[in-house]
Amino acid sequence: MPSLKVLSRKKELLTGGHRLCAGCGASIIVRQVLMAAEDPVVMSSATGCLEVATTIYPFTAWRIPWIHCAFENSASTLSGVEAAYRSLKRQGKIDRTIKFIAFGGDGGTYDIGLQALSGVLERGHNLLYICYDNQAYMNTGIQRSSATPEGAATTTSPVGKAIPEGKQRPRKDLTRIVAAHDSPYVAQANPAYYNDLIKKVQKALSTEGPTFINILSPCPRGWRHDPSLSIQIAKLAVLTGVWPLYEVEKGQYRVTYRPKKRHPLREWLESQGRFRHLLRPENKGIMERLGKQVEEKEKSLLALAGEETSA
Amino acid sequence: MKEKGWKDIPWGGLILEEGNAEEYKTGSWRTYRPVWDEKKCTHCLLCWVYCPDSSIIVEEEKFKQFDYDHCKGCGICSTQCPTKAIHMVEEGKFVIKTEGGK
Amino acid sequence: MGRIVGLTGDEATAEAMRQINPDVVAAYPITPQTETVQRFSEFVADGIVATEMVRVESEHSAMSACVGAAAAGARAMTATSANGLALMWEICYIAASYRLPVIMAVVNRALSGPINIHCDHSDSMGARDAGWIQIYSENCQEAYDNLIQAVRIAEEEKVRLPVMVTFDGFIISHAMERVEILEDDEVSQFIGKYKNAYSLLDVDSPVTYGPLDLYDYYFEHKRQQIEAIEISPEVIQKIGREFKDLSGRYYDLMGNCHLEGAELVIVAAGSTAGTVKSVVDELREKGEKVGLLKIRTFRPFPAKQIAEVLRGVRAVAVLDRSVSFGAQGGPIFLEIRSALFDEIKPPAVVNYIYGLGGRDIGVDEIKRVYKNLERIAHTKKVDELVGYLGLRE
Repeated sequence: MPSLKVLSRKKELLTGGHRLCAGCGASIIVRQVLMAAEDPVVMSSATGCLEVATTIYPFTAWRIPWIHCAFENSASTLSGVEAAYRSLKRQGKIDRTIKFIAFGGDGGTYDIGLQALSGVLERGHNLLYICYDNQAYMNTGIQRSSATPEGAATTTSPVGKAIPEGKQRPRKDLTRIVAAHDSPYVAQANPAYYNDLIKKVQKALSTEGPTFINILSPCPRGWRHDPSLSIQIAKLAVLTGVWPLYEVEKGQYRVTYRPKKRHPLREWLESQGRFRHLLRPENKGIMERLGKQVEEKEKSLLALAGEETSA
Repeated sequence: MKEKGWKDIPWGGLILEEGNAEEYKTGSWRTYRPVWDEKKCTHCLLCWVYCPDSSIIVEEEKFKQFDYDHCKGCGICSTQCPTKAIHMVEEGKFVIKTEGGK
Repeated sequence: MGRIVGLTGDEATAEAMRQINPDVVAAYPITPQTETVQRFSEFVADGIVATEMVRVESEHSAMSACVGAAAAGARAMTATSANGLALMWEICYIAASYRLPVIMAVVNRALSGPINIHCDHSDSMGARDAGWIQIYSENCQEAYDNLIQAVRIAEEEKVRLPVMVTFDGFIISHAMERVEILEDDEVSQFIGKYKNAYSLLDVDSPVTYGPLDLYDYYFEHKRQQIEAIEISPEVIQKIGREFKDLSGRYYDLMGNCHLEGAELVIVAAGSTAGTVKSVVDELREKGEKVGLLKIRTFRPFPAKQIAEVLRGVRAVAVLDRSVSFGAQGGPIFLEIRSALFDEIKPPAVVNYIYGLGGRDIGVDEIKRVYKNLERIAHTKKVDELVGYLGLRE
C-alpha cells in the first residue's frame, strides 16, 4: 500500500468542523477509508453518530456525494445508487469508474440493518459495506446493541443489584455471518492498524461484488475513557484477542496480524469505564468466562485459517 | 450565519456546497491544545493518520501545522507521537482571536 | 394512434412500465401486485428493457433502493400493495421530502389485520400524508394512462414529487379489459428524459442528501413540500391536456359524469366509480337527476374545483372504501365536507363505508344510496351521517 507520505498528498474528503466527539473513532476510520480509495467514491450512511454529526443542516463535512436515507437501509439505499450506476453505464449515459461505500454503525448493521445488508450480499451488488462498530447505540445514548460485548455496561444493560454483569449475552459475530453469505471479500480491521486497514479497503474496492469490513471504533463517551487514548485502546483490542484482524477472501480465512503474545484480557477491561464493575472481586467469575470466550473464538478462527493456536 | 427562509434554500434538504462544515469552528471546544516541537518531529505523519478532525495540516509530505480552527484537543496526536513531539497545553494559556474579535 | 388489446390491470401496468423503460425497478412481490413484477421480470429477462431490476428482500428496501436510484439520477419505479406499502411507509415520507420523482403503482388491497388480500383503499389512504401525489384509477385503461402521465407529473421541475397511481386489487388488477395502448416511441417521446439536477453520480459536484435538520430548518423544508404539491394541480392538468393531444383521452383532477343538472351525487374512487356510472346512466334514462363525481387525484385534493361542480347539488353521498378509525367518517368524506364548508348553500353530505376487505358492491346498493339521497333532499333531514353498505349487522 502507498506510504503515509504519498497518501498525505490526497485531498481531505472529510473536513474538520463536524461535531463528532473529541477522540471519536468513527471519523478516524472514515478518513483512513477515504485515504485508501483511489477512484471517486459515493457514500451512503445509516442514521447514527457519523451521519448526524457530519451533516447538521446547513453544514456538511463531506467532499464526496453522500446520502443518508434512514437507519436500517444504508445497504439497500446504496444498492439503488449502484443499480442506477450499472443501468446508466450499460446505456452508455455514464462512463466514469465510481466506487460505492455504505457506512453503518453496529446498530444500523448488526440489528436493524441486518436484513438490508444480507439482501445486498445475496444480490451481489458491487459495493463495499463498512460497519464502524462502537459496540452500542451510541448516538441515542449508549444503549446496548447485539454488538455490545458480554459484561459491558450500557444504559439499557446497566449494572444493577439483580444483574451484576451488565449485558448478559455475548455479542453477535457479524463478520462470520457475512462470510457465510460467501461474499468475495470480508475482513475485520482496526484504525490503530492503519496499514492493515488501508490494505483491506483497497483489496475490497478492487474486488468485484459485495464486500464487507467490520472496523472497531472506540467511543470515549460510551466506553468511558479519555479521548486521547482512543487509538491506544483500539490497539489493546487486537493485542488481547478481543478484535482479531483477519480477512476472508473467496472463503479462505487468513489472519492478517497476530500479536507475538496475547495480552491478558484484564488490560482491555481495565482501560474502559464500561467494564469497571467486572474488576470487582465478586465478578471474577464473569471475567474468567469472558477470557475463555476470547480463547474459544481465537481457536475457532485459527482453525478456519489453518493455523496453529499459540502457546 | 443568519437563517434563511423557505424560499431561499435548496429544495429537498440538499446541501450543495461540499465540505462547508469547515465554516463551523469546533476549535472552540478545546480545553487543551496540541503544541508542536519541531526539533523532535520526524514527520512520520502518524498524528495525521490518527486525527479524527482532519486538523493536522500536511504540506509536501511534512507536518506543517495544526488547524486550530477545528482541533478539538482530543490529544490522540500527542499520545501516538513516537518521538513525543506534541504536547497538550492548557488552552487558557493562549490568547485566541475568534471571528469578529469577540 | 396505438393498438387495442385485452389486458388485466397488472398487465397494463407492466406494459406501461415496459414503455416507460425506467433505469431501475426495485420491487418485492405481494398479492395482487405480483403479476406486474412477474410480467416485468420477463421483459427484463428477454432484454427488451434497459432496466436494472433489483429483486429486493423487502418493500422497505424496495423504496430505499428507489430513493438511492432516483438520487443517483435514474428513473426509478416500483409497485406494491397493502402491507407492502405499510412497510415502506417510513421511506415514502423520505422520498417525498428529498423531492425524488419515484413512480409507484399501488394495487389497492386491505391492510392487515386480520390479513386480507382483497380490495379496499386502506393502503393508499393510510399513506395520504406522506407527501406523494396520489392518483386513483377506475379501470385498466386509466391505470395505464395514469402511470404514463405520472412520470411527467413527478419530474416536472416545480413539482418534483413522487407519484403513486392506484387501482383496485383483483377487481381491476386481475380482470381483463379493453385497453388502448400507445406506440412505444409515442410514450418515450411523451415522457422525455429524466434530468436530476443534483445527482449522486455527479462526482465532480458532490451533494449531500438527507442531512440532520434541527428545529431551525425542518419547518422550512416542509413548507417547500407544501408549495410543490399546491402547485401540482395545474401541472397535472397541463400534462392531462398534452396526453389528450397524444391519445384523445383527457384526464382532469376529477372525473365528472352527468353532473349537469344533477341534484343527487355520489362521490366514489376506483372501480366503484364505474359501477356508479352504470347506475347513473340507467336512472337518468328514467329522468332522475343523479350524477357521479369521480375522485382521480386525492392528493392534491382539488377542493376548490369540487366545491364548484357540486354547487347547486342538493345531496351528496361519499363512498369510502377505507376507514379512518375515530374520525367522523372516511377520508374522502372528510375532505369533501371540508371543501364545502364555506359554501353559502352547501348540499347535505353523508358518508357510506363500503367494500372493506373486498366486500362486493353492486348496482342495487348504489340505487339504494340514491334513494336515500332523494329522501334527504326531500326531508332536508340526515338520519345517519355515516352508514355501511353490504355489512352484515
